[in-house]
Amino acid sequence: MGHVSAASPVEVEPTLTPDEITFLAKPWVTIVWNDPVNLMSYVTYVFQKYFGYDKAKAEKLMLEVHNDGRSVVSTGSREEMERDVQAMHEYGLWATMEKAT
Amino acid sequence: MSGFARHRKTGLIIANFTGFEAELLRSLAGQLVELLRNEAAQPRDDQDPFEAMLDFSGPTNAPDDPVLARLFPTAYADDEEAAAEFRRFTEGTLRDGKASAAATIIDCLEEAGLPHELTEDGLHFDVELDEATAETWMRSFTDIRLALATRLGVEEGDEAYWHSLPDEAPETQAHDIYEWVGYLQETLVEALSER
Repeated sequence: MGHVSAASPVEVEPTLTPDEITFLAKPWVTIVWNDPVNLMSYVTYVFQKYFGYDKAKAEKLMLEVHNDGRSVVSTGSREEMERDVQAMHEYGLWATMEKAT
Repeated sequence: MSGFARHRKTGLIIANFTGFEAELLRSLAGQLVELLRNEAAQPRDDQDPFEAMLDFSGPTNAPDDPVLARLFPTAYADDEEAAAEFRRFTEGTLRDGKASAAATIIDCLEEAGLPHELTEDGLHFDVELDEATAETWMRSFTDIRLALATRLGVEEGDEAYWHSLPDEAPETQAHDIYEWVGYLQETLVEALSER
């Protein structure tokens, strides 16, 4: 910075694909934390049922929770993540949300 | 008792309970309902008293009871204000949902043959659940297990500790019940995963 140039109109970068645009507009994540109570099979079931993930993805996320203590289970707008966190609390999972880093 | 299994023909999810087991489940579910319905919403301490009188929405502070604090976790770890707003709009609904799920367990047990007061020895009966009701039971088992585990102080990898306690210690008995509900839940997840 420090270089003054003529103002240019704001443009959407033409090289951005629709997927990347969606990603940029989704700066929040839902995190599920490990707890000593919830069964591995149950956590996998919840991820499949609520998020519609296939078994392989649901198990991968469950193992991240179990081994790393936490896992990002969904990404989206703030409103979407509030819905996901509430749903996780309905299922008794320990979930929080934060801005994606 | 062999837990839940899906009936091959009807697709219903079935378990056989003794009167004693059913009574135990009813009592656990009943305690959860009471806990969820009894603790009043926490008042906001920063609120104008007049405003507080007109505020019929949900609580904004985490519950004092550790079981309730675990059932309704703080959604935003680093943003108190957002966490309070989230709680205000969700905790009431979550409480009602969990209380009604636990009440479903009680209703199903009584419909299946658990008398209001258990007097008969050797009573046992089948509980048959459709898909949606089985899921409700499964969710409520989580709440019951979270409640028991919080009261007991269950931690990751502490099985050896519980097994080292004398059989007659009250903690041992409570922990056995916790493990039993875990076993029931495991069979329920398995039965629900089978199509």
